[in-house]
Amino acid sequence: MDSVRYDAERRGHRVPIALKILIAGGFGAGKTTLVSALSEVRPLQTEEILTGAGIDTDDISGVETKSTTTVAMDFGRITINDDLQLYLFGTPGQDRFWFLWDELAFGALGAVVLADTRRLADCFPSIDYFEQRGVPFVVGVNCFDGSQRFSLEAVRRALDLDHDVPMVLCDARDRQSGKSVLISLVEHVARQRGEPVPAA
Amino acid sequence: MRTDLSGHRHEWLDDDAGPVVRPYTLTGGRVRSCADGFDLVAYVLANPNPDLGAYPELHPEHRLLVELAGRGTPVVELAADLDLAVGVVRVLLGDLLSRGLVAVQQPPRATYLPDNDILKAVMDGLRAL
Repeated sequence: MDSVRYDAERRGHRVPIALKILIAGGFGAGKTTLVSALSEVRPLQTEEILTGAGIDTDDISGVETKSTTTVAMDFGRITINDDLQLYLFGTPGQDRFWFLWDELAFGALGAVVLADTRRLADCFPSIDYFEQRGVPFVVGVNCFDGSQRFSLEAVRRALDLDHDVPMVLCDARDRQSGKSVLISLVEHVARQRGEPVPAA
Repeated sequence: MRTDLSGHRHEWLDDDAGPVVRPYTLTGGRVRSCADGFDLVAYVLANPNPDLGAYPELHPEHRLLVELAGRGTPVVELAADLDLAVGVVRVLLGDLLSRGLVAVQQPPRATYLPDNDILKAVMDGLRAL
């Protein structure tokens, strides 16, 4: 890995730092909607390849005979300043594509788990995933019809969430609302590191 | 394109999966990049004066990558721009890296970010949106 760690700056260019934030949750919980609301560009899509041939092995013989398919990932970008960009990745919805999450989660700043109170159980796997890997996350309770059906405390109990995991009500379609979710995530990351939460 | 799956059911292939493709044709069957570690948000920066003429073996997609990476572009955006799967783009980038046509800057792991300054910058930037 070190072989590719060239310092591009030595070539006289200044390259921004890109930070990853994952947007997770069950199918239909509003992941793509949230990425769209926040991204400064129309959300882009990229594909990762699923193949019977292990990407983790060097053996490429017979690749041409393996069944291969792709899974799409949505992503968006927020430019913070000349040196810093946030990339928001909507995680692939189906549980069986989770091995792709490991790559997304590697080095990520944190994650937003979107919860739909009509199908709360759908976000359990995402919460388990981030808890197990120690990725800081917040839960955004997406209020689809603009009304709050349950109290945050009730949702927290239902999700069996630790008390230090922030929960926020949000509307995934609304940029300002999505922005507050990301801000609570960054505050949570700062708190977890024992650093002062940056003031407004 | 969907292939005829009768008799060859594959666990990945159903309505949730994308189309069946042969994405590695472009890489000559190579599924692994010769350089490891192109993170999705690693910045790829093309050599400012690439001598592409010296490498007739490179595909048009290689050349496009060099062009797109002229001002520094993350891997995932290159893949989206070329409409190629990330795995394929990684292999192509490995070819370019080994020929010195691009440089790669890996992102810092967020957990190792040195100080509060970056978090503060992110917070300020978000509040200003």
